[in-house]
Amino acid sequence: MDSSLNNPRTIAPGGRGLHRFANPGRFLRLSGRVLPFLAIAAVVLTLGGLAWGLFVAPADYQQGDAARIIYVHVPAAWLASGGYLGLAVCAVISLVWRHPLADLAAVEIGPVGAAFTALCLATGSLWGKPMWGAWWVWDARLTSVLVLFFLYLGHIALVRAFDDPERGHRAGAILALVGVVNLPVIKFSVDWWNTMHQPSTITVTGAPAMHVDMLWPLLTCILGFSLGFAAIVVARLRAAVMERRIRGLLMAQAQGAEGRVA
Amino acid sequence: MTHLPFILGSYGLALVLGVGFAVDAWLRVGRARRRLAAIDPRRQRERDRGQERD
Repeated sequence: MDSSLNNPRTIAPGGRGLHRFANPGRFLRLSGRVLPFLAIAAVVLTLGGLAWGLFVAPADYQQGDAARIIYVHVPAAWLASGGYLGLAVCAVISLVWRHPLADLAAVEIGPVGAAFTALCLATGSLWGKPMWGAWWVWDARLTSVLVLFFLYLGHIALVRAFDDPERGHRAGAILALVGVVNLPVIKFSVDWWNTMHQPSTITVTGAPAMHVDMLWPLLTCILGFSLGFAAIVVARLRAAVMERRIRGLLMAQAQGAEGRVA
Repeated sequence: MTHLPFILGSYGLALVLGVGFAVDAWLRVGRARRRLAAIDPRRQRERDRGQERD
């Protein structure tokens, strides 16, 4: 087992409460209890929300039924940014408190976040073709999301690029923090520049710019997709913790065998 | 329904991605659990104690 998982000397002040959860046994027990509920809620809400959006919600008065793509596109876009924010939070926890579970979480969030960003771009293209007449335009919103996709790919490559995993995790954490600057650019791109992309439909301060019959299925899909994202990351993290323990045990066995031969 | 191929394409991509990641994670957890059970000395001791009681 990686000794840093249980070594209190590597913890910065303030991280002790957090570090309790670095115990792999505790994490596996806790996540094992939570994961089934998370997965079931994700499946029910996602399938329910998608069916609601596809069959029950009204079509848009301008865009017709093509607007139903919003029930996939917006949750994917939300998770593309949200996933990267999660990556950045893991980077802070890793760099400040040297929390090894945060390193593993960052490694597991990367591919899932990249896939959801790709889904956002693909569904945007599928929506853009009938509405704008083009699969792709070099619009500020689309381009900044494409940059986010490349940041995810860069992170995935960087954490695996070093023989020493610790160095990979450090480099990945720095890239994740640098890339955070892209998140406000994505969010405000539709306000800062004249873009073909429509402005934000849901804002924190104002009333939503869509009818309530379309808003509820959208919120259901956003919640379902978010729980699904969390369930996938937790399951991957469980596997990663067990794989790390397997590597530790095999290494200890190999060292023991070497010691006996010597 | 207008633009049906675009809508179905979007929904299909979302389902393929979700199911793909879920199945991959499930298989990976199962594989790791079996390997860990086979080599973990603590689990081996627990199994031995169980057999002694039987």
